[in-house]
Amino acid sequence: MKRWFRFKVILVPLLILCLGLLAAGCGSKQTNSGQGEKKEKLKVAFVYPGAKDDFGWATTQENARKQLMKEFPDVQFTAVENIPEGSDSARTFTQLCEQGYKLIIASSFGYQDAVHEVAKKYPDVKFIHCVGTKTAPNVSTYFGKMYQLRYLSGILAGKITKSNIIGYTAAYPVPACLSGINAFTLGVKSVNPKAVVKVVWTNTWYDPAVEKEAAKSLLDAGADIISMHQDTPQGLIAAAERGKYGIGYDNDMTSFAPKAAITSLYWDWTKIFAPEVQAVLDGTWKSQRIFKGLEVPGFLNLAPYGPMVPEDAKKLVEEKKALMESQKWDVFTGPIKDQNGQIRVKEGERLSDDDIWGMNWLVEGVEGKLPQ
Amino acid sequence: MLSVFEKKNGILRFEKKLSISPLSYLIVLIISIILALAVGAIFIRINSFDPLEVYQFMFESSFGSAYGISETIVKSIPLMLSGLGVALAFRMLLWNIGAEGQIYMGACAATAIALYFPRLPSGIMIPAMLLAGFVGGAIWSLIPGIMRARAGVNEIITTLMLNYIAILWVNYLVFGPWSDPASFNQPITPKFPVSAMLPTLPGSRIHMGIFLGLVFAIVLYLVLTRTRWGYEIRVTGESESAAKYAGINIVRNIMLVMLVSGGLAGLAGMAEVAGVLGRLQQSISPGYGYTAILVAILGKLNPLAVVIVSFLFSSLLVGGYAAQTIGVPAAIVSMLQGAILFFVLAGEFIARFRLRYERRGN
Repeated sequence: MKRWFRFKVILVPLLILCLGLLAAGCGSKQTNSGQGEKKEKLKVAFVYPGAKDDFGWATTQENARKQLMKEFPDVQFTAVENIPEGSDSARTFTQLCEQGYKLIIASSFGYQDAVHEVAKKYPDVKFIHCVGTKTAPNVSTYFGKMYQLRYLSGILAGKITKSNIIGYTAAYPVPACLSGINAFTLGVKSVNPKAVVKVVWTNTWYDPAVEKEAAKSLLDAGADIISMHQDTPQGLIAAAERGKYGIGYDNDMTSFAPKAAITSLYWDWTKIFAPEVQAVLDGTWKSQRIFKGLEVPGFLNLAPYGPMVPEDAKKLVEEKKALMESQKWDVFTGPIKDQNGQIRVKEGERLSDDDIWGMNWLVEGVEGKLPQ
Repeated sequence: MLSVFEKKNGILRFEKKLSISPLSYLIVLIISIILALAVGAIFIRINSFDPLEVYQFMFESSFGSAYGISETIVKSIPLMLSGLGVALAFRMLLWNIGAEGQIYMGACAATAIALYFPRLPSGIMIPAMLLAGFVGGAIWSLIPGIMRARAGVNEIITTLMLNYIAILWVNYLVFGPWSDPASFNQPITPKFPVSAMLPTLPGSRIHMGIFLGLVFAIVLYLVLTRTRWGYEIRVTGESESAAKYAGINIVRNIMLVMLVSGGLAGLAGMAEVAGVLGRLQQSISPGYGYTAILVAILGKLNPLAVVIVSFLFSSLLVGGYAAQTIGVPAAIVSMLQGAILFFVLAGEFIARFRLRYERRGN
């Protein structure tokens, strides 16, 4: 008895060790054969601060990465996830440069210092940095004119709402969120001047429970439509549970609440990244601020409408969408007043891309304050 | 004693050994790590990577090059400082799990100095920021300390809850009053003036924080082993009633230990913003305060061991992040880190206990 137990105590670790050695042993052969055909392949890395399967922002980037792998079979696309925005990011970028990556897509604003620090040391590596406030010879910044879709979904919401209260949960008062809220409100007001847009800040990009609570608080305040700007579909789900409507974001979230989803505003970043990858391959890559919208076919998309969307709203959306696709008109065309009644965009003028990229005010008709 | 196995003719029991020699602990540690790597190899293999290549790369990225070692040291500084603080509190059985919040408050206080007095010369700025960092963290741990000492409020809950408040407070500052006007409302403060940056070793990111860590480790070690106060802390940790009986002022010691414990975590936060980041921003700590608990426990609450463990632990983290750059999925890396911890802790348990078989009738 005693001996058998002792035997087991030694046997189990030994077994683990053997299996491990086996795994290590048969591994080396296979990869060695793979290394034989190593060529100077372009290597592209996507760096995410959170998990790549968050169903939100990182997923939009990850979907693009997977699509790019199909479009550029000779290019290696690597995902690096859960890289904190503190001291770890600079090291990770350095290691990627050392590993021979020539294009690095830094998908969060918080990487800004690290990106610029490392980019200076590796001038031959190109960086594309999300919503950055500055560029460098080898650092581009990128975001998209999602506010255009926000405006269109505002038209839908303005037509559909019965209580004339529309809820909007947003993460932080950063320009991307503010331009979205403003455009949405302008869209609502264009068809329904009586409606108000109530905003609740969640102070998080990713927290399913908080996002749901925020949406519930807006529903309690009488909202019958929830629009949202965070990563998860919880706002939509909260609306569905109360028999109200919601508008998804980031990805096509309509499947989470087919009956409640008015539509979902989603990105296809392949349309933006593919030309960048091609430019690196061709040697024609240039540093720039990438800020494109509906003029790029297939980049910004509306998911198929829910059954509650009336025909006249659909028609109106098509009209405005066509105007923005042809760039004849844009959302922030004056006169536009801010919450204090001060005129921000004069009649007949159009807000510049610079001003939208750095937007820090809310339009008239938004209920909710900018956190000071 | 725990009985594991009972049969007609005998009982198998776990018996606690009175002490383990450092040598046998080391042997168990090495065996544990080898076993963890073996388990990891199986999973890496399943994901069609070569385990040896991955391990070699992880090792190179954290130990095998000057850059790797320097980065491992940089990462170990916040773990070391907050780990020392946690170890001190745990010695007295004060479960301070609020190092994370104390890191944030230390960083916040130090940032206040850099932002409000940007013209101070370096010679005054740095000591002022160090002091502010220590005080910021110390206040944050003193609150639960006083509550525990005076009213017996459970410090596990209060320190944990204060973490959330500290993180949200920093969020409020970086989005609101301290937001960099040039950053379009993005959550960062302006860059610190050069005089507010801790000096670094040339060619690397290793900053003065490492000396703070080493000095405090030695001081704490000497305090714990050589001074009356250290003796009081140890006695209170072994048995509170015995300490009371011996006339030790427990109330005062609880507050003092919590103060120093939080102050050290606050210094970790200060070192992170003034040594590495150069500004206060959201998520300055990816859970250093929680990892510090592991570091303190793996270091057996010995300040000198905490230094070594924080370095080893940070090499594990640095190697893990690096593995992703050759394409290994993040989940595998986390799994491997988890396996190493699991085996080390299990190994430590086995080293502490001995299996004994007793015949019936003995």
